[in-house]
Order: sequence, then structure tokens, then C-alpha cells
Amino acid sequence: MSTLSTGRARKLGDDIDTDTIIQSQRKRETLDPLVLRNFLLESWDPNFAATVRDGDILVAGKNFGCGSAMEVAVTVVLGAGIRAVVAKSFARTYFRNAINNSLLPVICDTDAISDGADIEVAASTNGLVVIAGGNEIPASPLPDAVRAIVDAGGLVPYLKHHGDFQTLPHPAT
Amino acid sequence: MGQGRTIAEKILAAKSGTEARAGDTVICTVDAALGTDASGPMAIDYFRQMGGDAVKDPARLVFALDHYAPPPTQKAAGHLKTVREFCAAQNIAVHEIGEGIGHQLILETGRARPGALVVGADSHAVTYGALNCFGTGIGSSDLAGAMLTSKVWLRIPETIRVNLEGCLSPGVSAKDAALALIGELGADGAAYKALEFSDVGAAELSMDDRFVLANMSMECGAKAGLLDADAKTDAYLSGRTIEAYAPVSADIDAVYAETINLDLSNLAPQLAEPHHVDNVVGIEAGLGQVVDMVYLGTCTGGRASDFHDALRVLEAAGGTAPGVNLVITPASREVHMALLADGTLAGFAEMGAIIQTPGCGSCCGTCGSVVADGMTVISTANRNFKGRMGNPNAEIWLASPASCAMAAARGVIADPREVLS
Ligand code: SF4
Repeated sequence: MSTLSTGRARKLGDDIDTDTIIQSQRKRETLDPLVLRNFLLESWDPNFAATVRDGDILVAGKNFGCGSAMEVAVTVVLGAGIRAVVAKSFARTYFRNAINNSLLPVICDTDAISDGADIEVAASTNGLVVIAGGNEIPASPLPDAVRAIVDAGGLVPYLKHHGDFQTLPHPAT
Repeated sequence: MGQGRTIAEKILAAKSGTEARAGDTVICTVDAALGTDASGPMAIDYFRQMGGDAVKDPARLVFALDHYAPPPTQKAAGHLKTVREFCAAQNIAVHEIGEGIGHQLILETGRARPGALVVGADSHAVTYGALNCFGTGIGSSDLAGAMLTSKVWLRIPETIRVNLEGCLSPGVSAKDAALALIGELGADGAAYKALEFSDVGAAELSMDDRFVLANMSMECGAKAGLLDADAKTDAYLSGRTIEAYAPVSADIDAVYAETINLDLSNLAPQLAEPHHVDNVVGIEAGLGQVVDMVYLGTCTGGRASDFHDALRVLEAAGGTAPGVNLVITPASREVHMALLADGTLAGFAEMGAIIQTPGCGSCCGTCGSVVADGMTVISTANRNFKGRMGNPNAEIWLASPASCAMAAARGVIADPREVLS
């Protein structure tokens, strides 16, 4: 088992949309994640940004990141020092943007994770697990093709390095 | 258990050169990729950060200046300039301000055709599914990757089959069917999945109806909204593309995640209440709701037949009610010209309508007419999120063109079937 991320759980609810993550009006001024981080999740909790610590992990319910496909909703999370989001499910555009910017999206049942708990995301032989309060919660594995993008630090460094997508041998079914 | 494959599985396996099935993640070569003035500038930045110099295949790329058309601020004008300069340097086609919404232009220029994979850095790229083309939304970094490599990574989605049965009754449209389906599935009911619309009902739908169904499939989280190709598809594409294409249909024993039957013949006009598209109710639940602005347009409800439906109702109901601000935006110049030629635009002008530049218009608050605090809008668009039309203190209802026109005529939400027999 190898650790991918450890940190304090910041518990959120279901259907957190991209406007809740970062309000549109904030995006009008700048797209700089280091500025926008001051407004992260402000409509969820005005104190959220001030209390974020480097390495915190967002823990949400279903359909995290629904709404717009704006990548700023991912880069602002990274800008705040958060490197993983654990949720019951993600909106597909958020999932894509997370992978492409190397924000680790982890899909598992989050009911048993409590706010403020120290949690760990780890890779096991069977895929991903989230370790919270001594329990191991199985998480959906990341497909190899996208795992390579996350490992490279996102699509920009991945393509900068490889120049093209590395096509993996695919098992015929 | 069948071993057959869905439309999504067939197209994405072909585009990735694999035998992959639903659930597999593959690297696909795209036939075309769309960028807009909203998503393009960030993609251009990413492309440069990737070390991008020349795009791999300019002929596969196209940009549309549609969200800021015309640009209302200096900053927006700057986005357009960035896109224009990049495209000029890279030999990429640009649809200028006033040509229309990028998605509509992908349809009109024959880039979306049966069996193709066309991605758009904008979520409503799902619209292309109406032409039996796998259309799906991607982010700016994906678009940058597609500029560099002509490829994207995609997870092949499971498919929900939607059997449309019966015919729509007068005053009820594909928009009502789409809203009813979203109400049933919920905003994430088709997340990570494709919808495949099928059966005789679909065959009776017009091409414009199919565009609406495919377009709205995004609002229940779908990755694609696919239909079979038939004679109507061929008729639409004739004169728009000279490329050969091969229709893709599902195998008879294709494996579906779920099957839903939707009876169109019993359907009444539907509404989505503020502020979520899946807050769907029958029109009776909204009757009498006062409206301040009526908006006809967008990549959902901005095609010629939408304006024909609306004008018919507006005329039959005696014209626009005093105090209602009627704003219309044709989806493209082709639509605009058709409406000019057949007198529809003159009809709307006589009804006191404000006619905006073809493009996204007031849809997402990036340009065009906006509303004041506390005002209520009824719109033919696909989204009614808080703040969507540029003011978080306004309320947006979604409905069909006929229902929106009826609201314009009465000043309150009313049933268009009252004037259509
Ligand atoms: S018309 Fe509206 S939904 Fe369609 S692409 Fe433009 S902003 Fe998006």
C-alpha cells in the first residue's frame, strides 16, 4: 500500500456546483488560483478559505463539481493547497478537469468520514482505498491511462514530456 | 446477457482503434474539436505551456466567437482578439461574431456527421448526437491536448436507452419531452452515461426536435445524447458535407444500464422552475406566474422551427402583453436569414421584440440583454441556475418556445394549447 495523500477531511454536502466552489463574479476579476483561493467555497462557508490548511482533503457527497466545465473550479482548489477530493461521485467535466490538472479525484462512500478527521488516500493492489478512523473504504480505481496523467502532474506536463498520448495495450474483450 | 454494443461503444472503439467496451478508458482521435471565445483563451495558454508550437491538424479545429458576440467589455473584446490572432497564426477556421453559436455551426457546416467523434470545449457539444455523431464536452486543457495531438482520453460510457413512444400533441414539443425526462432522471441521473434515444417516436421527430433532445441530455449529466441516422439525417446533411459517412446503430442485443419508456402522446407542456433544470413540473403548476422578460434563443431553442412555433402562438394569442420584454436571438446567421426570408423576423419586430445578434445572446449573461433584481424570465434555454442570465437576484423558468410565446402574450405563464387547436 502506498500513500497518495494524507490530510484533514473538510466535509461538504451533495451537489456542490462549480459556482459554489468559486463564484462567477470572482472569476471576472482574475483567474489566478492564488488570488481566487481566498474565495474558495465562500457561499458554502465564508470562513472556509481562511481555515484551509495545506494538504486538506475535500470530502463531499454525490455529484461534486456539477454545473459549468470551467477549469478554474479545479485550479482554485489546487491553489488552496488541496491535492485530493474524495466524493461519492463527480460531475464528469469536473472529474476530467481534476485529472488533467492532477487534482486526485477519489470516488468512494463518504458517509463514514467525519469533518476534521485525519484521512489517507492510498493505492493498494486492488485499487484505491481511503483510510479514515481505522477503517479502509474501498474506492474506484483510476484507469491506467488517466493514472499516468495524474502521476505526470496533469495533462500539461504529461504532454509536454511525451508530446502525445501514450496508448496502452488494450485487452480485447 | 447480450454481447452486442451500443452506439457509444461502437463509435469510441472505432475512434480508439480498440475493441474497448463501456467502462474502459481509451485514447481517441477526434474528427473535429470546437473552442469558443469563453474556453479558447485558457486552452491557448495550456497549449503554449505544453510546449505547443504548431497545432497538429488545423483542419480538425474550429473556433466560434459566440459567448461574447458582440463583446460588451474591453476584457471580452480582448478574449476575441486572443482567439483571432491564434487562429490566424495557426491557420484555424474562426466563426466570427454574428455567425452564430458554435454548436449550431458544427451542425450547419456538416462537421457533425454519423459515426464521427466531435468534441467541444463547451458542455452542449452533446447536441451533435442528434446527427448520430458522438459529441461531448471537454475542458480547456483537453482542447489544448487536442490541438497538440488531435486526441482526447475518454471513458466509454454505459448507455441508458430511452424509448420514445407515440406522437407529440399540438402545443407540446421536444423541449417538453426533454424536460420531462430530466425531471424523471434528475440532474445527475445519467452522469458518466450516454443516452440513446430510439424507437418509432424518434423517427417521427424532426431534425430540430432531435437537436433539442440531444442538447438537453447534458442537463441530466449525460456524456452524449445519441440518435440513429435515417433519411432525415441525410436530408439535413445534404449540401452541408461532401464527406462520406457510415451510420452507426446499436446491436439488437446491446447491453444497456437502464431502459426508460417515455410516452410522448400523453405529455403536457412542462416547466423547469427556478433555479434547477430538474425542478420540472407540468405547466399547470406555473399558471399565472408573472413574467417580465421572455427569451427565445440559445443552442436549445434558437432554431427556425422554434421561432415559427413561437410566432404562431404569439399571433394566435393577440400579440405581446404590455410590459413584457420580448428578446429573441437566432442561433445562427443561417437561422437569421431563413427568418428574414419567410417574414418571421418582421412578425417578431411587429410584436415589439428586441432582435439580438446571432450567438449565445442572453443565455449565460456574457452578452446581450440582462435583467434587474427581482425580475422573472421565461426562456427557451437549457439552464436556469441562479445567476445564469447575469443576475443572481432574478428567477428563470424554462419552457418550450410555444409556452414562452404564450407567456409573452399573457404576461403570465399560460398554456399554449389554449390557442392551438
Ligand atoms: S447558447 Fe447558452 S448553452 Fe448554448 S453554448 Fe451558448 S451559452 Fe452555452
